[in-house]
Amino acid sequence: MDTQVKILSEPLDVGACIDWVMSPQSGGIDVFIGTVRNATKGRPVLKLEFEAYIPMAISEINKIIQQTLELWPVQKVLVHHRIGVLQVGEVPVIIAVSAAHRDAAFEACRYIIDTLKQTVPIWKKEFFEDGEVWVAAHP
Amino acid sequence: MIKIEILAFGIAKDIFGASTLNVDLSDDSSAGDLKARLEQTYPRLKQLASYMVAVNNEYAQDTLPLTERDEIAIIPPVSGG
Repeated sequence: MDTQVKILSEPLDVGACIDWVMSPQSGGIDVFIGTVRNATKGRPVLKLEFEAYIPMAISEINKIIQQTLELWPVQKVLVHHRIGVLQVGEVPVIIAVSAAHRDAAFEACRYIIDTLKQTVPIWKKEFFEDGEVWVAAHP
Repeated sequence: MIKIEILAFGIAKDIFGASTLNVDLSDDSSAGDLKARLEQTYPRLKQLASYMVAVNNEYAQDTLPLTERDEIAIIPPVSGG
């Protein structure tokens, strides 16, 4: 089983991530690519800034991957997350999963992104024309 | 008494006005005691949707005892992805 987890301040490389999870045993690859949206609830977003508690974020992502390996027969799992300032259309996160059969790849990929958003210590600040907000900070 | 250094991220950094904070706690203090102390000094913490204490890169229960050797961080609601 091969896994790769990185938190990077440079732009993420979708093609390289897909290449990394390819294997002769795989029958399919599922990829989730997060992208910076230009608005939140109709309010234009100018840019985002991501911050991570890097050692704990890597540890929590590895925990999610270990849970994933117990739940689905997947072959390779890659999670790359970017930090720093990102413009609209740029890619903050890539999750790539290869498996012998597509059901496992789809379900594992979804589980990883959904759980990452709940447990991994990474924070996103949205910049609007008239201010900035740490996402999810307040009820 | 124990002297601990706290790492702050996201909105916690804004609330503390710094990315690290030094706090003196009585011996045998727990993660929950730290939260109570911080909330006294920084009441805006109580307005957050939630927040956690992490000790040595793991989410901590309120009962976990703290020591000066621990790496302690305040984790406001996460929003990665």
